Amino acid sequence: MSTEAPEKAEVEIGDYQYGFHDSTDNYEFKSRKGLDAEIVAQISEMKNEPAWMRDFRLKSLEIFESRPMPNWGGDMTELDFNDIFYYMKAAKEQGRSWDDVPDDIRKTYDRLGIPEAEKKYLAGVKAQYESEVVYGSLQEDLAKQGVLFTDTDSALRDHPEIFREYFASVIPPEDNKFAALNSAVWSGGSFIYVPPGVNIDFPLQAYFRINSENMGQFERTLIIVDEGASAHYVEGCTAPTYSSDSLHSAVVEIIVKKGGRFRYTTIQNWSNNVYNLVTKRAMAYQDSLMEWVDGNLGSRLTMKYPAIWLMEPGARGETLSIAFAGDDQHQDAGAKMVHCAPDTSSRIISKSISKDGGRSSYRGLVKVEDGARNCKSNVVCDALILDPESKSDTYPYIEVEEQDVAIEHEASVSKIAEEQLFYLMSRGLTEAEASAMIVTGFIEPLVKELPMEYAVEMNRLIELQMEGSVG
Amino acid sequence: MSSRLKITDLHVSVADTPILRGVNMEIQQGEIHALMGPNGSGKSTLAYALAGHPNYEVTSGSIEIDGVNITELEADERARLGMFLAFQYPVVIPGVKVADFIRHAISNVRNPDRKEGEGLVPMREYRKEIRAKMDELDMDPEFARRYLNDGFSGGEKKRMEILQMAMLQPKFAILDETDSGLDSDAVRVVSEGLAKLSGPQMGVLIITHHERLLEFNPPKYTHVMLGGRIVETGDAALAHELHANGYAAIRERHPDAAADNAVTEAAAV
Repeated sequence: MSTEAPEKAEVEIGDYQYGFHDSTDNYEFKSRKGLDAEIVAQISEMKNEPAWMRDFRLKSLEIFESRPMPNWGGDMTELDFNDIFYYMKAAKEQGRSWDDVPDDIRKTYDRLGIPEAEKKYLAGVKAQYESEVVYGSLQEDLAKQGVLFTDTDSALRDHPEIFREYFASVIPPEDNKFAALNSAVWSGGSFIYVPPGVNIDFPLQAYFRINSENMGQFERTLIIVDEGASAHYVEGCTAPTYSSDSLHSAVVEIIVKKGGRFRYTTIQNWSNNVYNLVTKRAMAYQDSLMEWVDGNLGSRLTMKYPAIWLMEPGARGETLSIAFAGDDQHQDAGAKMVHCAPDTSSRIISKSISKDGGRSSYRGLVKVEDGARNCKSNVVCDALILDPESKSDTYPYIEVEEQDVAIEHEASVSKIAEEQLFYLMSRGLTEAEASAMIVTGFIEPLVKELPMEYAVEMNRLIELQMEGSVG
Repeated sequence: MSSRLKITDLHVSVADTPILRGVNMEIQQGEIHALMGPNGSGKSTLAYALAGHPNYEVTSGSIEIDGVNITELEADERARLGMFLAFQYPVVIPGVKVADFIRHAISNVRNPDRKEGEGLVPMREYRKEIRAKMDELDMDPEFARRYLNDGFSGGEKKRMEILQMAMLQPKFAILDETDSGLDSDAVRVVSEGLAKLSGPQMGVLIITHHERLLEFNPPKYTHVMLGGRIVETGDAALAHELHANGYAAIRERHPDAAADNAVTEAAAV
């Protein structure tokens, strides 16, 4: 008896529950595979961009092509740049209301729970599907206060001056090979501008996901928090499971001006075929506070080191990072803090977990430049290795060119203690539940900083990952 | 019909070293038993063996609850059958809130067939219950928000054990030196807490060096352990006598056991 199972792009055994996709025939435009100047020019033309941006893209392509692949971090030998579609456009117009969004895209987002996003606490949703931002809405409130929250393409078109002033000012294309790649083919992402003194109490959110095979995601986010303003931006993304490899190479640039406060929260849960190579950097000016909250689960390889450059006295930076690497996954994550001015402080808390042969590493840099007196930096990096097959490494770099500073670094490696397991089991928890509880407790310092629904999702993701661990 | 915990000729080794050399005991629900004995006698080993610690190997003999042999069961399975151990040194579980932990624990124990991720005791109901129990035990409700045993004083840890016991409502509770390391105020609070919880529903085995816990919870039986076995059983008066006079007389009466005890005591870390 042979019946073909209906085509159901679903879950790999065990873990990945968002492994579904829609047919990609609904695309309005799809570039041919591979990358060259013609494709880059085509992207710019399709977007109706001004000449300077087209030239910027082409120059970035040259830089990308001239740079070698990094010889550190993860294994990218199987990544074939020519086997990727670099641009797809999913729907004609950017929908203003939910009803305008094309049907199957809506269905996808329904499954991800997006309509929930229009509830009380959320200001607006920019949902990126493939390479375009398809849906966005902004509460009138924000618009009245002069807050700009839109996709990056629209920002280039509608706010050219402010856009050009800050674009690529934090991460120039020369920065690294993948920043150059993003600079050449970027599409979508969020643009936020918060005017002086404006405080946005609820988190601004965005969702996006990769859909079709060999699709690269190159969103470019640019956020400017003006003097004395504050905001919180949250992104969480998922991707379906595929056999060939997906490349996600984003760039996030943030400027926090004098007295400003900003937090950028991410939970990423890419499926196992995704290369997730991200350059994220913030410049924090006088008396400002910048925070990265970074949760990395899934993906085949993640290389991500959110950075904060403390540019003027009184600037503070904090990064909380979790990396969870399971079977066939490599998380090479961490943080960078660069003290360029005196009286600045930074803190990094990194929690990495590895299981089933996964490899989870912390790679971080604390740099204090000459003249940056009276700086304080504190790094805590804890690793939890759940079984003998798994690995964890720590690559802490500390470069201090100034005498009068206080730099601390603490690291620990542990496994789940038998006595902890026994204690929890003696209260009726199964071994799997006890392990999951211990792991959840391990990442609690980060989870408690997440908005509630993310905290719930995070804990559930951990439980799912842990379920496979016994028997 | 009350349940019975029956320990028959129990031999237990730890890392291949014999510690328990044939323990016999029966505890009925509703009875309070005291277990005393000098260091190295095997009291804690008995407690851990009953709770099902993987390092404690039963080499012969049995542990039964209502005729069902539990010697091969894991710690969580025993908990679901109504076993509870109040630890002498409760371990810290960082980042796990007391309230969350207890909610999971009682969900499993009250619904032994519960599947992971489902069937947690509903939050509202749970909050009311734990609040009430904490009030009854004179505990600050803030406690429930703290991370399990993290930064707790000795007294707070012991009271946390009592709270867990209050919520889990076990059939058989073993208290491993719950009164050690506490000042008299704390001991009184723990003793009163225990007194509130014990009753016909609970069989209690109090392992102790001291008398204080027993003042509020007078034992029906007192067992004395020496050299890995129970050498004498008496009533509350025996506990009193031991507390007053120590174990010299016991050692004289049972020289073989005393000799075995000396070996274990010397080997103990």
